[in-house]
Order: sequence, then structure tokens, then C-alpha cells
Amino acid sequence: MSTQDKIKTMIQENKVMLFMKGDRKFPQCGFSGMACQILDHIEASYTTNNVLEDNNIREGIKEFSNWPTIPQLYINGEFVGGADIMREMFESGELKKLIDQIG
Amino acid sequence: MHKEDIKKIIGKGISCSYLEVMGDDGAHFETIVVSDEFAGINRVARHQLVYKALGDLMKEKIHALSMKLYDVNEWKNIKGDSSK
Repeated sequence: MSTQDKIKTMIQENKVMLFMKGDRKFPQCGFSGMACQILDHIEASYTTNNVLEDNNIREGIKEFSNWPTIPQLYINGEFVGGADIMREMFESGELKKLIDQIG
Repeated sequence: MHKEDIKKIIGKGISCSYLEVMGDDGAHFETIVVSDEFAGINRVARHQLVYKALGDLMKEKIHALSMKLYDVNEWKNIKGDSSK
């Protein structure tokens, strides 16, 4: 399976999928840590992928979304954004709404 | 990498009515960009325009860039209308 196909499968099989550095217990970057804190705070059920464990995913995800940074959040198979966008959508309440809609 | 260099590069790629870059450690930066090019497009597309302007710099020299991106009307609402 190609890296792009692997990524596609992950975001299709997991309704809330976060690509990050490290994992939710031990994030390896402040921005990834913040992304988890936000998702925890709105009580989202989410899956993470640690891009530091596979350089193909780390580079492939940037290509996939045309987005050069990590973390990256996908909801219902769609790219939502990185840390800045997650924070904005958290502060405005949009992110919680989006998460609540998918149930 | 100096914040003034980043400012120049963003300014070249995007026609801004307001542009500010902050950050003094050479790797982590914050920017506020106000541009009519952001009107009518979503957050992801706005960020992508800035990333496009920065090109390969995002891969190597810039470790992190936090962005606040507004179109002219949104910026007016944030700053308040001083003419009133």
C-alpha cells in the first residue's frame, strides 16, 4: 500500500484523526500537545498517529493536504487544519459543534 | 532567519493591507496578515496562501509560524472602527 493510500485509509477509518508528533500522553511538540489538549477539553474521541515513527507518513501527510506542518486534524475524512485553526475553531465553539455532529 | 526577512517574503507573495511578523529566536514566529485575498476563502485556503508565499522556507528554516489571517472587513471589526 502506498503512503498516500495508508493516509487515506487512516482518515477514512477514523472519524477524528490527528497526525501529531508524539502521542497524547507524551506529545513531542508544543503545538501537538495543544491539539490534544483541545480535543480532550471538548471530550472528542480521537485517534492519533505519531508521525515521528514513520518518516514516510511525516512527509506524506504534508503532501496529502498541501500543508507543511504538523499537527493536522481530519474530521470525517476532511482536512480541518493545523494548530492555529484548531485553536480558532475551539475558541469560537465551531470545533465542538463539528465533533458533536459526528456523535 | 530574521522576522524582517519573513515579512518581506510574505509581502512579496500576498498583497497585504496590514502585515506584522513577531519572534526573535530565529525559528519560531507569529504573524498577522490582513489581505483582501483572504476574502471569501476558508481558513485552510488562507494558510495555504501564506505557506505558498514562504515556499521551501517552511521545510527548513522556519520551525513554527503561528498565523492570524483576516480579510479587510474582519480586521476592521477586530480593531474597531476608529472613524466613528
